[in-house]
Amino acid sequence: MITSAIFGIENNGLLAITALLTGVALVGLALWIAKLISPSSFNPQKGEAYECGIPTRGESMSQFKVGYYLFAILFLMFDVETVFLFPWAVRMRELGVNGLLSIAVFFGILVLGLVYAWRKGALEWK
Amino acid sequence: MQDLSFITEWIDSSLRALMPGWLTVTVECLLIGVGLLLVYALLALFYIYYERKVCAAFQCRLGPNRVGPWGLLQSFADMFKMLIKEIIHLNHIDRFLFALAPYLVIIASMLAFAVLPWGNGIQIINFNIGIFFLIAVSSIGVLGILLAGWSSNNKYTLIGSLRSGAQMVSYELSIGLSVITMVCLAGTMSVEGIVAEQQDLWFIFKGHIPAIIAFVIYMIAGTAETNRGPFDLPEAESELTAGYHTEYSGMHFGFFYLAEYLNLFIVSGVAALLFFGGWMPLHIPGWEAFNYIMDYIPSVVWFVGKAIVLSFIIIWFKWTFPRLRIDQLLALEWKYLLPINLVNLVLMVLIIVFNWHF
Repeated sequence: MITSAIFGIENNGLLAITALLTGVALVGLALWIAKLISPSSFNPQKGEAYECGIPTRGESMSQFKVGYYLFAILFLMFDVETVFLFPWAVRMRELGVNGLLSIAVFFGILVLGLVYAWRKGALEWK
Repeated sequence: MQDLSFITEWIDSSLRALMPGWLTVTVECLLIGVGLLLVYALLALFYIYYERKVCAAFQCRLGPNRVGPWGLLQSFADMFKMLIKEIIHLNHIDRFLFALAPYLVIIASMLAFAVLPWGNGIQIINFNIGIFFLIAVSSIGVLGILLAGWSSNNKYTLIGSLRSGAQMVSYELSIGLSVITMVCLAGTMSVEGIVAEQQDLWFIFKGHIPAIIAFVIYMIAGTAETNRGPFDLPEAESELTAGYHTEYSGMHFGFFYLAEYLNLFIVSGVAALLFFGGWMPLHIPGWEAFNYIMDYIPSVVWFVGKAIVLSFIIIWFKWTFPRLRIDQLLALEWKYLLPINLVNLVLMVLIIVFNWHF
């Protein structure tokens, strides 16, 4: 009733590569067509940063607010958690009580991490 | 349920009669590629039209109505206009990264697009860790956006891309956790398996309370993932002109535009897969006649229909709520959605352990 494997191709890696190349082809083809039919003229003023056409003051590729970095670190912690939770989620029923207990300990440590970050004020946007 | 794989099997057998095996596989891969490309482009164009019409209805306007009947050709005209616009060469950018960014954004959405359960027998990438693969590839899009903002060497784009990165990275957690909640219920990560598990009843009914909470969280996080609606502060036009794609012009900008609408479809498609049964028709246990009639609607119509209805909700968000501030946005994720999600996961585990689900 439920059948899989489009065209009988069992190799999913091949299909993934096909999709990837399709993405590349979409961008490449559209850019190529655009290059063919769109006008192009050179003008030094045109190449300047957007807004007013005035050269940007200072360097744009510079330091930025540390708050973003803090959230990235927090994300890393929780993302690793989700990676570890996925295999357990699949085998949850088979692993039974043992699995539940061990994941509860793991879960508890991560919640503690969140509580710590919260109490430290890492979740405030300053 | 009609099995649509007879089409692909027919193409496969007739090709195999004509040419050797390796050539058949190559031709089939080409066919898949062309099919993906067409569906991708057409859906993106449809979504642009759809969003504009829905927005117009919310604002008591008519929306596009000049080009073609009911303005149906408007987005084709828009795309053509974008093709014939000049791609401006800037003199202060990091050229390689600037050119690479649209590729990453499009590839991320194309890979996620190919994982979706299109119908009974037309599922393209079918890994046994399908939903995990989907989360993994969709996070490549963040890289593209960060690169676009950084390489443009413009302060607006830098701020826009950093905001976007913080936002997408944060809300990815919520998406991941609600997916885990549903994977617990399904007991499998393969997209095909998740759809097959919902044959008797969709997960939103099967998992009742935790599934509904997970669905609400998923929809909120999905809106934020697509940088839309009340969460569109990466491209808050009143302060950042256009956010991370300010410096892109012509078709280069068009790719970000396409990927944004396709991500809307992918987010609602995954919601349809996890909560509303993918391509599975609506089945109610005991109602044999009803189930029999529902099976007559083709599976592709079910999947695309569900995705379009769910994306209506996301578009509705956008035209209803005002934009959030960045601190409100991050507080919503880290102080509300994440703890609720963790509690919800425990709730789901309890419901499965005590067998309270349907």
